[in-house]
Amino acid sequence: MENRINDEMIEHIGILAKLELSAKEREQAKEDMGKMLGYIDKMEELDTSGIEPLSHAFGIRNVFREDEEANGNMREDVLKNAPEEKDGMFLVPRTFEG
Amino acid sequence: MGKRYETVIGLEVHVELATKTKIFCGCPAAFGGAPNTHVCPVCTGMPGTLPVLNKKVLEYAVAVGLAANCKISEYCKFDRKNYFYPDNPQNYQISQLYLPICTDGGVEIETEAGKKTVGIHEIHMEEDAGKLIHDEWEDCSLVDYNRSGVPLLEIVSRPDMRNAEEVIAYLEKLRMMIQYLGASDCKLQEGSMRADVNLSVREEGAEKYGTRTEMKNLNSFRAIRRAIEGERERQMELLEAGGRVIQETRRWDDNKGESYAMRSKEDAKDYRYFPDPDLPPIVIDKAWLEEMKKAQPEFRPEKIKRYQKEYDIPDYDIEIITASKRMADIFEETVERCGQPKKVSNWLMVETLRLLKENGMEPEDIRFSPENLAKLIKMTDAKEINSSVAKEVFEAMFDRNADPEKYVEEQGLKTVNDESALREAVEKVIAGNPKSVEDYRNGKEKAIGFLVGQTMKEMKGKADPGEVNKLLREWLQEMKE
Repeated sequence: MENRINDEMIEHIGILAKLELSAKEREQAKEDMGKMLGYIDKMEELDTSGIEPLSHAFGIRNVFREDEEANGNMREDVLKNAPEEKDGMFLVPRTFEG
Repeated sequence: MGKRYETVIGLEVHVELATKTKIFCGCPAAFGGAPNTHVCPVCTGMPGTLPVLNKKVLEYAVAVGLAANCKISEYCKFDRKNYFYPDNPQNYQISQLYLPICTDGGVEIETEAGKKTVGIHEIHMEEDAGKLIHDEWEDCSLVDYNRSGVPLLEIVSRPDMRNAEEVIAYLEKLRMMIQYLGASDCKLQEGSMRADVNLSVREEGAEKYGTRTEMKNLNSFRAIRRAIEGERERQMELLEAGGRVIQETRRWDDNKGESYAMRSKEDAKDYRYFPDPDLPPIVIDKAWLEEMKKAQPEFRPEKIKRYQKEYDIPDYDIEIITASKRMADIFEETVERCGQPKKVSNWLMVETLRLLKENGMEPEDIRFSPENLAKLIKMTDAKEINSSVAKEVFEAMFDRNADPEKYVEEQGLKTVNDESALREAVEKVIAGNPKSVEDYRNGKEKAIGFLVGQTMKEMKGKADPGEVNKLLREWLQEMKE
């Protein structure tokens, strides 16, 4: 059980989470995640056959809004959260896929 | 090439829904607008905000599912698809993976080879992403979130298509169906309908599918056809040379007429889907589903039958007019105002189709209103304008929905019903063209056409040609006697 989180896996998780981990942090993360999995293993001892997976905690359903315009132009407020802006847009490091 | 290959194609079609607002917030979903003017904390992924589903999105999804003969899920929910990219401010897209709204349907298509059914694996609801603009000068990217949160339906077909004809027939069928529902305008060029093509080849008779590639950036039927043909060739050549096809996403460059592999991320696709805890599940009970079924509009087959019963126009006209929901709506609304289905149909079948073609437009782009078309027909019937003036007026209507009454008034195009002015013109033309008069009297029937033309010119086009013709004949007859 302890060895389920290996170096390769922590590397992959790091990439997915866009985190650059130092060697020390990596060891720490391996240990923490190993413990989490141990906790999950404990829960898996329970017999859950025939039980529908729960997707929402409150038991509410069918919460909708009507198709009515409610928000005005909030550009100014929203752009306050931009790290940098240019021409009314969020400025980010050059990103291009393809 | 010794071996014979079969192409296997499945489609993922994204359709932007024609709602007024976005899927999870009350921002306008309209196309365009200055950057970041259709945004709020929800669609820019600010912490602590709560998405709430637009009911109309669900209704459209069910309507499309019903039209595509799908099973409508009694219980469905949303999932988060996790990925980092600046067009996606939440770092996840809200989509449906585990329990999509519609499953297991199919639509019938018809090609020259005959009819067949293309299966639909599922239809799910999701949100669109923002738009990235790359700034070449400053080596940075700029993000506009106006599109972020615009509702999309993703329609996933089964790998049931075998060539470009079938793919295009399938897309045209989907487009017509969705336009009939009013759920989207489905414009490929503007991106309100987008198709990703999954294609593989296999030796004829083989049971297993070959390795497939996914082709993106196809924004016209022409690009789709060329991309399918190009990718089929590419894969066959690879296999013939003893190579193998790699499962990858490729981007079609329609200018170059070739595709290239998109840089595969160092990590394989790993979206770590999980249920979105912000959005409670949706339960559609029988009563609600029945209600939605009843609200389904009239589709093309029923419309064709009704037209055959209600309107005295040729089947060919019915075929063309009902091929577009917009065209059919204009037809019905105009007939309601001025009757005369055949005349209305003629304006649509001749002048409208001609101008659409000349301007590279689709019926969805038509600007003139049924009110104005009805007015034009009434004015022509009342002989207030003649048919060549009517064509000119129609062009102004087509261009900018000009009001025909005002236009005729402003341009002074009204037919002159002043008998004395007309007589004067006829007299002048007869006096000025003795040769044609002579010809006519010697039995050259054609000469009358020239004299009518001259008189119309004299009247600056504002006379009724029928009236002119009649008057000329009377006059010439009198002269004979």
